[in-house]
Parts: sequence; C-alpha cells; structure tokens
Amino acid sequence: MTVDYVLKRLGMFVLIIFVAGTLNFAIPRLRPTNPVEERMNQLLQQAGGVHIANVEQMIERYEERFGLKNPLWLQYVNYWIALSRLDFGQSIAYFPADVTKEVRRAMPWTLGLVGVTTVMAAVIGSFFGAWLGWTRTPLAISFVVPLLLIVTAVPFYLLGLLMLWAFTVFWPILPGGGAHDPLLAPTFDLRTIIDIVEHAILPAGAIILSSIGFWGLGMRGMMVTTMGDDFIKLAEFKGLKERRIFVRYAVRNALLPQVTGLAINLGFVVSGSVLVEVLFAYPGIGNLLYTAITSNDYFLIQGVLMYVIFAVGLMLFIVDMIYPLIDPRIRYRSA
Amino acid sequence: MTTATAVQTPLAVKDLKVYYHTRRGPVKAVDGVSFELARGERLGLVGESGSGKSTIALALMMAHKEPARIEAGSILLNGSNLLDDNDEQVRLRRLSEIAMVPQGALNSLNPVMRIRDQVIDGLKDHNVRMSDGEFSQRVAELLDSVGLDRDVASRFPHELSGGMKQRVAIAIAISMNPSVIIADEPTSALDVVVQKQVVQTLREVQERIGAAAIMIGHDMGLMAQFASRIGIMYGGKIAEIGPVSDIFNNPKHPYTRLLISSLPDTRSKRRLEGIPGLPPSLLRPPPGCIFHTRCPEAMEICSQEIPPTRELDANRYAACHLYGDDDGKVVEL
Repeated sequence: MTVDYVLKRLGMFVLIIFVAGTLNFAIPRLRPTNPVEERMNQLLQQAGGVHIANVEQMIERYEERFGLKNPLWLQYVNYWIALSRLDFGQSIAYFPADVTKEVRRAMPWTLGLVGVTTVMAAVIGSFFGAWLGWTRTPLAISFVVPLLLIVTAVPFYLLGLLMLWAFTVFWPILPGGGAHDPLLAPTFDLRTIIDIVEHAILPAGAIILSSIGFWGLGMRGMMVTTMGDDFIKLAEFKGLKERRIFVRYAVRNALLPQVTGLAINLGFVVSGSVLVEVLFAYPGIGNLLYTAITSNDYFLIQGVLMYVIFAVGLMLFIVDMIYPLIDPRIRYRSA
Repeated sequence: MTTATAVQTPLAVKDLKVYYHTRRGPVKAVDGVSFELARGERLGLVGESGSGKSTIALALMMAHKEPARIEAGSILLNGSNLLDDNDEQVRLRRLSEIAMVPQGALNSLNPVMRIRDQVIDGLKDHNVRMSDGEFSQRVAELLDSVGLDRDVASRFPHELSGGMKQRVAIAIAISMNPSVIIADEPTSALDVVVQKQVVQTLREVQERIGAAAIMIGHDMGLMAQFASRIGIMYGGKIAEIGPVSDIFNNPKHPYTRLLISSLPDTRSKRRLEGIPGLPPSLLRPPPGCIFHTRCPEAMEICSQEIPPTRELDANRYAACHLYGDDDGKVVEL
C-alpha cells in the first residue's frame, strides 16, 4: 500500500465531507418557511390558540439565539467551526437539548437494529442469489427463493403494518412498538436483553424482508455473468469438485460488487430506517430525523445528515483500503 | 480396464453423434464421427465455424451442456467408455486421463486466485496428497516445463500476458500426465508470433509426457506445424482424414481441395479463392452428401446418397462419391 494511494483516498474523503457539508448547510435554508416562527405557531396551537403578545419579539430573540440573523456567509463560517468541534448546536424541536446529545441517544438503537439487519439481509440475500444463479441448484430451492423475493416487492411499510397486525393483534406474542419495556431498568441482565430482542424482531423482520430481494437479485445477476466466464469452464475441465467451483470460482467472483454495495449501505445505517422506525415507534435516528424534518429543526437535520455523510464517506474510504485485498486486480496505486 | 491395446490407443471415438435439441428439431452438430488416436499422436481437427469441431471437444470432456446431448457412439478413453461413467467418475477422469487447453485463454484463469493455487486445486480434487512444499515443487516443475519463470506461481492472472496465461493453461493440462490432451483453438486470442511459440510449447510437453493430442482450429498453417494427422470436418462429419503431408499435397475430398486452395501462398501472385456458398443447415441438412450444394464436382448421386468412408490409401480416408470400389474399400470407422 503506497502512501500516495492512502493520501489520495483521504483527500477524496475530505472532499466528500466538504461538498456534502456545504449542501447540508444550503438546502435547509432554501426552504421558504421560518423554522422558529413555525415552532412558535405550533406551540401556540398546542396551548389552545391563546394569543400572546410580543410573539414577534420572541421569534426575533430566538433567531438571534440560533444565529439565524447573521448574514449567510457568517452562518456558513460558524457552521464549519462548530462542525469541527462536533457541535451541531441546540435542537429546536427538543430545545434546549444539544443536537449531539439527541443523536447520541438515538444512535445505539439504530446501529443495533439497522446495522445488524443490513448485514443479515446482505448475507442472506447474497446466499439465496448465489443459489439462484448456480445452474445445478436443486429444484426445490430455485422454486422457493423466487417466492421469497415476491415478498420483497411488497412495500415494506405495508409489510410492516401487516406484521404489526399479525403479531400484536391477531396473535399477540410480540410488543407493538418501542425499543424496550419502559418499566424495565436499563441494566444489562438477561431479561433486558430478551426484552430488547423481542422489541427488535418486528422492525428487523420488516427491514430484512424488504431488502433481501435487492441483495438476492444483484447476486443472482452477478452469478449468471460469472457462470458464463471462461474460468468457470476451465475449472470444470480441470475436474474440480462442484463445491470448489461454486465457492472459490463462482461465488468468490460474483461477491465482489456486493461488498461495495454492503459498505455503502453500512454507511447509510446511521441514518436509520425512517419508515420502519416511525412505524414501530423505534427510538432510533430515523425517528429522530422524521421529527426533525416535520418540525423544521435545521440543526437536528444537519446534525443527523452530517453523521450520515461522515459514515458513508468513512465506509467508502475503508472499502478503498480493503478492496485490493479481495480483488487483486485493484491495486494500491494512485490512479 | 487398461489392456494392451488401450495403452496403444488412448482414445477411440466411434460413431459419435451429438445433437443440440432445439424447438425446431435436433441440430446434428456432430453426426457419426469416428477416429482413433495412437499414443503420442497429434491429430488436428480443421473445419469452418459450425462444422462441429468444438462440440467434439466438449463431448470428449463430457462437458457438453443442454440442449446438447450425446445421441449415440462411444468414447473409449484408455479402453473404457466415458459414456458409461457417472458424473463423479467423469470428473475424476478429467485432468488425470483427459485434459483440455481451452479457447480464449485470456479469461480462463480465476482472476482472484494466484497461479500456484489454480494449478494445485486440480491436483487436490483428484486426491493427490502432498505436503505444501511438494506442491510448490510440482508447480515450479510444471511452470519450468512450459517455459515460464517459477515466480509466476505467486502472481495473479492479470499480471500475465496472453501467451503466459495460455502457458499456464498448458501447465495445468499436463499437471497429472493425462493420456489425451485436447486443445480447442488454443491460440485464438494471441498474436501470430506468440501463437507459434505456444503451439511449440504444447508440442514439446505433449511429446515429453507421451500423451496423444487433438488440436482444434481453422488455421491450416498452425495445424501443419503441430499435427501429424489432420481430419477435415464438414457439417458434423469427417470429410477426410490422413497424414498432414498427404492432406496438403494430395487432397482427395473436393472440400479439402477448396480449403487448401483458399490458403494464401507467398510464392504465387494468384488471387485468393474462397469456397462458394454458405455452411449447410444442420437442422435440415441437404439430402445425400452434405457438401453437394457447394461442391464443384457434384454428381447426381451426391444429392441422393450419403457417401461412405473409403480407405483410399494407407491411413487415408475420405467420404466422397468421386471414389468407387476401385479406389478403396468402404470401411466402418
């Protein structure tokens, strides 16, 4: 691995952060509504439409507090300065909580749920896809798997609702929402762990079922292409065992693009799975982002997105570093 | 199984028929082909596209895929019929008894495996038990024998040139000292200079291990350098077969004559001649001799009866109505 190669990839990483960070700053500010005013109106409505004098003054004070009165360039500079300290300011929706604190509270749930399910979906999907693309697959498998892929075609919020109804109403064996029983003390004993897993089964099922087809079909396509390659023919002429041809020749090569796909998807894990988390009231990043967007919470949106951008960039960087290890044709050259 | 005759005749193909079953009926890609190979002999199979030569190669490796099926015939490899073996037996006989140097060597090596491992895995799957050191030693010997540096073992395919890759393919093919080597257009993706070297290497290792070899191709020049005997294929049948010098100097079958006269000659400035017409439909072959529609010497009988194969000379066979009982007796090949 040359220093040159690492530096170039690192430079790319920094560039991604810069461009995405700038967009992240600009896009929320293109919205026509004033977030503070919006929030105030919401609060007023909640209070029963009472008229409060000096609302305009309050709004102005808040805008000053959030720095929204400053000229754009100053906001931009302050934005980067704050970013470099991982300080995303205070949330409007959860005022006066820090954005960073809110994100950190939600992050473990999302990493646990979406991270684990992403890896599981990729592994299971690629496994099925590999079988589907293999010419000598037993008929039973090549019949069952497409059925499974049909499930994938159902929009997963529908699937989620269906699962919710099936397992919490029709056959109530699983909890219907949240990440854990609110009455349980947050200690790490067996009961808590079982409780957390129970709460995760439904949202995890919805995520896995909905994304397995993506991995399965991608893998099958790659397998079909690989099976037509000359090196598979030579492997057969060599009288290799089927198992070796399947694993070492076909799957090993077909898996390469899947690895890139998985890395990018792992980067997106930190953004959570918005629909699933909202549907199952799961207190993860997706839910947080949903709240942030519905309440025009600039700072929270920016905070979450910056974490996503950082994670995706980091995963791409990691892939660049490890890819030459799994595909010798890619070399640590500065290209 | 290995009788005295089997040792002398590592490969005997008899009346082999391979049909591709399409919706419109069977395509008779190989339709009654017979030949024998003696130990150490090199046979060249020449023919235009669609003449069935590559299908023969696949069938000999028992690697033909649906919709291709072997309809009839036998393939005696070292005296025992490949068609009687089950899948696992066939698998074990590949590489150890019959090996293939494939077409288009550019992609025939696994891009993510080192050369060493691609040579060794064939041995391992044929129950060759050796220590790691002995395997490395064997790989080094094999690379030596095809004229490659020993350090090629630790390289990946993309680090090799086309000629080097084809040499690796040859090294793999001889790794278990098979009695038959099939080379299906082994030089098709290489430039002319490398082609000659690769064919030379193939010939050297074949002579060293004493294997019989079949080279398939359409380059008559390369064939002349490699083969001791040449079989001319047309429409799924062998039109003519005989020693290489006889085929070139005294072609008997009209198709062979046209094929030879279509070769460029550096000494004369005549115009190059092609063969008129198109290859026949193997789905609905013309009645009688399959070549009669393009044959300049076609007679009435040619469109009515399939010509029998006659032995016109010692080791010289042709299937053509130009020859009668006075020229040679009909043989059941």
